[in-house]
Amino acid sequence: MISATFSGFGLGMRKPHYASFVEGQVDVDFVEVISENFMVDGGQPRRILRQVREHYPVALHGVSMSVGSAEALDPHYLERLRMLIDEIEPLFVSDHLCWTGIGGFNSHDLLPLPYDEETLDVVGANVGRAQDALGRAMLIENPSSYIAFDHSTMTEWQFLDALCERSGCGLLLDVNNVFVSAANHGFDAIDYLDGIPAHRVRQVHLAGHSKGETMLIDTHDQPVCNSVWDLYATLIGRLGPVATMIERDDSIPPLAELLGELDIARRLAPQSLRDAA
Amino acid sequence: MSLVALQQNFLAWLHVATPPSDPRLATGVQAGLDVYQNNFRGQIIACLEESFAVTRAWLGDDAFRAAVVEHVELSPPRSWSLDHYPDGFPATLTRAYPDDAEVVEMATLEVALAHAFVAADAVPVSASDLGEVDWDQAKLHLSPTLRIHPLTTNALAIWSAIAAGTSPPPASHLPDIEAMLVWRHGETPQFRATDRAEVDALRQISSGTTFGSLCAGLLETGSDEPAMVAGRWLAQWISDGLIVAIEGEAR
Repeated sequence: MISATFSGFGLGMRKPHYASFVEGQVDVDFVEVISENFMVDGGQPRRILRQVREHYPVALHGVSMSVGSAEALDPHYLERLRMLIDEIEPLFVSDHLCWTGIGGFNSHDLLPLPYDEETLDVVGANVGRAQDALGRAMLIENPSSYIAFDHSTMTEWQFLDALCERSGCGLLLDVNNVFVSAANHGFDAIDYLDGIPAHRVRQVHLAGHSKGETMLIDTHDQPVCNSVWDLYATLIGRLGPVATMIERDDSIPPLAELLGELDIARRLAPQSLRDAA
Repeated sequence: MSLVALQQNFLAWLHVATPPSDPRLATGVQAGLDVYQNNFRGQIIACLEESFAVTRAWLGDDAFRAAVVEHVELSPPRSWSLDHYPDGFPATLTRAYPDDAEVVEMATLEVALAHAFVAADAVPVSASDLGEVDWDQAKLHLSPTLRIHPLTTNALAIWSAIAAGTSPPPASHLPDIEAMLVWRHGETPQFRATDRAEVDALRQISSGTTFGSLCAGLLETGSDEPAMVAGRWLAQWISDGLIVAIEGEAR
């Protein structure tokens, strides 16, 4: 089951802020953690996560499932993730629309996919197997990408719509990734929001990016920019309340700064709903 | 070309950074491909630099970077967890520094400490918790975090000095030392050097030998005061948090 009603505001929990979350004093409705960081046998990481879970709902966000690899998913990976799920009883379990490796080579990067029927068959089957192994529906996140494939026969939003329909998964919509990919590939971000299956979106990521020489890079080391806030406001006006969080992975600022960003989302969401009404 | 062929081609390019042969990856996308190349290399290099911070300080940045480049070419990441990637780096250092055992042993220590940090939990027995024990029949259960690695040099002293920000001693061979023990006590990884006799004792204990048989074995090998030697080890193991259960303990 995916929580269809949860619509709070959260933060991605990163090491510099572990102690604050363990104490339960951070004003958030949920936290999200990188699943792989806690798929270990024991020690401090597992203890911290158990303690955080006593205070907050926890979303598990993975980076290594590799649902786009043209081969079977790693059963050991799924087994470890299932053990973590059984212990934490997470709010959401998510990973990315990407592949990270094949044939025993793991790039540890979110690599791009062509969007065609063959890929849909591969990703649909892998997401289905993952959901069976994990005993629950997953959320799949749209990635930032830096190349597009000429032989794609669908847009990314059409692909996500078809994937949700085929596998029953939900969506984790990263608004910054929509903005970055739109800039890099020349599509209209509003077309993306128009095309996604809105009723499948259960969680939203907000993050910052950097400007490379010729394209935008999804670095997660900057505050959310105004254009992404505008896109978020548009999205909320269409979706209604949805679980929303700030994701920062590098140049991590003091917690108060991230909570300040989250307050923007808290203010913007109801205002966007009123404006859309 | 199928998706699997596309992905194999993409990874081959990512690994060696030569132009991709698949035309779908070759036209008008070089800037985007460069982003993936930078992400891949940047992330795994940062992983190794972070995992081997002390070994890097001992070798120097240029020598360490050369070893990293060789390692990435020879042994690309295979596990779903980036935390597993450092495991193979000591083997690359063995090839690069065949006459400098301390380099490999420092790197081995750094890998072992990382493993101990997230190894399975087990509560150690404390001296104050001990009840009546029939030591002749007692079987000791060692911490699941304990690992024993070969040690021939003063690598642990060098590592400790660098980690503490003090001047490290010159590398030297230690003839009386056999191994490094690495484990976790509470949430803190621990390590120490030891000799062959204690390593043999720990291996016997882990294979189910009773404490009484261990003492009898010491007597057979001509050890002076075997009961005292075994008793000293036992006290040390309990103090270190290496014993997590004593089978045969009557409370």
